[in-house]
Amino acid sequence: MQKFVCDVCGYIYNPEVGDPDNGVKPGTEFKDLPDDWVCPECGVGKDSFSPVN
Amino acid sequence: MKELLNAVKLTEKVYWVGAADWEIKNFHGYATERGTTYNAYLVMDKKITLIDTVKAAFKDELLARISSVIDPAQIDYIVSNHSELDHSGCLPEMINIVKPEKVFASPMGEKNLKAHFGNDLPIDIVKTGVSICLGDNTLSFVETKMLHWPDSMFTYLSGEKILFSQDGFGMHLAGLKRFADEYPDAVIEWEAAKYFANILMLYASQILSLLEALPKFNFEIATIAPDHGPCWRKDPAWIIEQYRKWSVQKPEKSAIVVYDTMWKSTATMAKSVADGIISAGVAAEVIPLQSRDRSYVATMALKSGALVVGSSTLNNQVLPPIADVMTYLKGLRPLNKIGFAFGSCGWSGESIPHISACLKAMNVELTCEGVKAKYVPDQAVLQECFNAGAELGKRLIEKIGSGNQ
Repeated sequence: MQKFVCDVCGYIYNPEVGDPDNGVKPGTEFKDLPDDWVCPECGVGKDSFSPVN
Repeated sequence: MKELLNAVKLTEKVYWVGAADWEIKNFHGYATERGTTYNAYLVMDKKITLIDTVKAAFKDELLARISSVIDPAQIDYIVSNHSELDHSGCLPEMINIVKPEKVFASPMGEKNLKAHFGNDLPIDIVKTGVSICLGDNTLSFVETKMLHWPDSMFTYLSGEKILFSQDGFGMHLAGLKRFADEYPDAVIEWEAAKYFANILMLYASQILSLLEALPKFNFEIATIAPDHGPCWRKDPAWIIEQYRKWSVQKPEKSAIVVYDTMWKSTATMAKSVADGIISAGVAAEVIPLQSRDRSYVATMALKSGALVVGSSTLNNQVLPPIADVMTYLKGLRPLNKIGFAFGSCGWSGESIPHISACLKAMNVELTCEGVKAKYVPDQAVLQECFNAGAELGKRLIEKIGSGNQ
């Protein structure tokens, strides 16, 4: 599963982990995150994320 | 004109070489009534190290204080714990003057310093867990992302047992007394809380994670040296505990009633609301925005369990100072509050729904739909204000008692 990094603060979204604190279940691909999902570290939107290995 | 100023010795090998800004009263919207300091620290070891620099306009003060100890050209390393301009503003000039062997910053620090000063800036990246030997002492780095910028990091100095915490545990307080225990307790408590409320409150969850992670590094902390205000040496655990408390924001048995008014109708309502709150056994402070600024409100919001907001309706909107404060507070994300809206109007009365929507967006639990007066509140409306205040006080006490926070 493709990971994404926040360009602002460096937080890494790992789909295998999800973002359970904000209601995102493990196994959720980045593209399937809700449009209003924001970086749990710094608060920027999905458009500030880039794919990362 | 070369300045003649002294460094302040903090420990055997560490000096404060920062700058005191006695003039600043408005730090981009944060009222700094007591001014501030931009702290930089000089570590005298085999590798002489400068921790952070100062705002660009204070470079000569930094150089003068360093020069009272050594020739600045003798500095081997510079550490940038935070790339915001009040700590990095003169970094490029200092690099030119000092010509250090290395300049250290976190991975995000490298990115942000280059975004400010260009890609030619020579930075050595240090990640969490990296240590660098200075001779007798070692520097260890911990990234503290979003406390309060992505680049933020702590640097721990072994031997002298100092945690250089950049903006964390700081406060805006100008002065050459370099330790918190040299100031009155009430000043220290207020300014530390004000700094937390206005700069760090929105990162409460990151702070709690950091406080949980910090013991794993086995740092024995004798002194915390922040980038603003005095150092903590008497009881560093006290300020760490305050940060834990402020991050959890367990509701306090007190309320603030923030308002702005045109013809005193909303002001009169605010007083009855406060009377009602007090009648329930809860402390209340009335905060008129014509005499208090947003950073005062944020500080009091941190310390209060309830947030009641009143505004006249002007041109179908709230009064602009209310919009200012609500926008500011929403960004700071206070936790666990209850509250409601009130205000007077001539004919339409949009201030109540506007404020209620703002409070809801801030996750403030509304205890009533709001209290509205037409032009001038009569006795019935003032009684309604009192009752709404009393109900809010009762609900706050229940909330504190139930532990449902």
